[in-house]
Amino acid sequence: MNWHEYVAETGKVPQWPYELGYDKETVVSCDVLVVGGGVAGCRAAISARQRGVSVVVMDRGFSKRSGEGGAGVDHWHGAVTNPCSKVTPRMYSEAAMDTTDGFTNGLARYVIGKEGYDTLLEVEKMGVQIRDEDDEYKGSIFRDDETKLMFAYDIENKHCLRIYGYNIKPCVDREMRRLGVQVFDRTCVTSLLTEGGRQGARVIGATGVNDRTGEFIVVKAKAVIISAGRTNRLWGFAPELTESQSMCNLNQTALGNTIGWRAGAEFVGMEMSGRAVLSGLGYAPYSTGNNNNTYQGAPTVDRNGKDVYYANAYGKLLYDEADIFKASDENSFIIGHGIGLDNGYKPQYRITTTDPELWKKVMAGEYEQPFYNDMTKLPATSRRMIFGLMLAHEGKCRVPIYQNLTKWGFDPDKDLLQYPVQDYSRFPIDTSWCGPENTPANWRGGGGGYLVDWRLQTSLPGLFAAGCGPIFGHGCHGESHTSGRYSGRQAALYARQNEAVEPDADQIRRERERCYAPIRTNGDVGWKELNYAIAKIMQDYCGDYKTEYTLDMGIRRMNDLYETEGQRMYASNPHELVRAIESLSLCELGIAYMEAAKARRGSVKGLGFFRNDYPEYDEAQKKLIPISLKDGQVHTRDLSLYYHLEAPYSSDLEENYQQFAALDI
Amino acid sequence: MVAYSHPSQSGPCRILSFDKEKCVGCNSCVNVCPSDVMMPHPERGREPIVVFAEECWYCGGCVEECPHGALTLVTPAKQRLSTVWMRKETGEEFRVGMKNPLPPNLTPPSGNR
Repeated sequence: MNWHEYVAETGKVPQWPYELGYDKETVVSCDVLVVGGGVAGCRAAISARQRGVSVVVMDRGFSKRSGEGGAGVDHWHGAVTNPCSKVTPRMYSEAAMDTTDGFTNGLARYVIGKEGYDTLLEVEKMGVQIRDEDDEYKGSIFRDDETKLMFAYDIENKHCLRIYGYNIKPCVDREMRRLGVQVFDRTCVTSLLTEGGRQGARVIGATGVNDRTGEFIVVKAKAVIISAGRTNRLWGFAPELTESQSMCNLNQTALGNTIGWRAGAEFVGMEMSGRAVLSGLGYAPYSTGNNNNTYQGAPTVDRNGKDVYYANAYGKLLYDEADIFKASDENSFIIGHGIGLDNGYKPQYRITTTDPELWKKVMAGEYEQPFYNDMTKLPATSRRMIFGLMLAHEGKCRVPIYQNLTKWGFDPDKDLLQYPVQDYSRFPIDTSWCGPENTPANWRGGGGGYLVDWRLQTSLPGLFAAGCGPIFGHGCHGESHTSGRYSGRQAALYARQNEAVEPDADQIRRERERCYAPIRTNGDVGWKELNYAIAKIMQDYCGDYKTEYTLDMGIRRMNDLYETEGQRMYASNPHELVRAIESLSLCELGIAYMEAAKARRGSVKGLGFFRNDYPEYDEAQKKLIPISLKDGQVHTRDLSLYYHLEAPYSSDLEENYQQFAALDI
Repeated sequence: MVAYSHPSQSGPCRILSFDKEKCVGCNSCVNVCPSDVMMPHPERGREPIVVFAEECWYCGGCVEECPHGALTLVTPAKQRLSTVWMRKETGEEFRVGMKNPLPPNLTPPSGNR
């Protein structure tokens, strides 16, 4: 029942069902603490635990389903060492660097290339189907008959695999708990503990607050892994309107990054932000006609049944299904979508997409809206692969899309799925459910993350990063499993080599006081009201238009909000208290984004970064600008985009990997 | 008849529908929800109470978790209206939540688990 029904039935407001523990403090010690129990965090915990160290996971939700990858996955990027693949780890890393002009993470991409397929094989052992075991797709152009592996995006190079991952998180979670990892569910991390309580010192634990009981949790650890860094509430916040459109849930406040920022870690790429198409005002993900991503290869027709064709990256129309899954340059490969490289795919790496002249043809009357997916035109196996496999297993699709549509009678063998009627002039029709028409231009999503070394260690000793939010220039679901698994190994090694350090009691006391202020104060500002205001500042001062002057204004506004309304918050129960803590942390994160945008005094294409007071694109801006807090002051420096191949490292990817991958741990 | 004064939520608040015949009040759904949008009913054996409806991200984890098939995720009306299809042969139009529903398509998802 819903809350209103309960009130109508009983005449009472329901009491908080969990015992309140605002004055309770639980303290535990472990070798490795993992902050964030999504796919990266769970894989990190498993790989650390397999090496015999004790592991604690702090998860904001419930690790069986939490995190962006908690709702499933249909294809796995970076499986480049699978027996069918023609792509090598070196090609994968170099292509990612090439297509972004160096503004991605070359070392993380190499690690992912080296270990992505092995990481997937472990998931198979945990109970996830990754092959066409029942020969349902025998003879399909997407399948290798010997291994029964199936390929997405590029059927010649075969490095991205289609998998049956609707149950992937429960499988990974079960394995993690079987191995004896201690999980603090429903626990929002609030701060990192550092040696002597000093900014910039070794990380030795973290604090958190439980969203049911409100109790305070202190975890002491020899090494800490951050795997909670995606944000969905900074520029765009309107949960009453966005409903299920979002691909990022409200728990995602990048707290894993904010606590590192406060602790003094270096970040890169934070100045980058792009239109937040995934968290905007669109449609339920995957619920409308599409021809991209999960729907790649689905034919499109207009209202009169006239075919709309795919085109390669050079605009050549493609009439054969097999050609849609081939690179536009025969000497290259399609990297694939959704792995954080979307700022500018060069044509040789791009997926095939809609006829680029389509909108012109609509305006000339050659096509009439609405468009439809007509999957009846496909061979039966291809149709089944899109709807029965991809749409039944992709994140947030099993229940909201597959079960919902079939329950109401949709049948891809007979029915055409309608695209939204809208202005498609600014993009080739692809993921229509989250196209830019649906999202205001100043609703943005932030990029960037921790600067990491070849061990995925951050600039703070003992602090490691995993997954697509925390690591700058990192991809999505499968890649997060892989970097998680790698960082778990590294943190286990660090924990073996370093003694535990007792945290500073004063640091813990100060953090407690900060966290419970909304309970004590019982002021007049709720978490949502504060969050709306934060988003407004980001939209106004960190949107498309940026100058030093306006960024300074934004930083001033955010500090003012934090110090004024932010100190007058209320929370009626632990759930609201934790949301309030999250909202307050977003003020700090917003400042970090604006400081980073201010620190880059120039515009640069590969990063998709434009400053109105430096309107010329500048070659000298092709560099990273690590930014951090030192003694509370913002500190920046310059760093080469290819730092992972320069001193003190080898200039060879494989040599670095062999030296740092901790393969014998 | 009695009416109560309570705030009116601006988004959909009846996001989950519980089949009271099937629900045994085990709270599996409450415990799996990543956003903790429900709470257990104070009366044992009753269906949970949805408290923070607008924090739901519609992943459907609760529906998959329910051991009794008692739970339905209710797509918001504006999304029911935007998930539309046309039967190729007849040109008839259908949508999620339509007045005179088609018989369900019983084809199971691909995969053996």
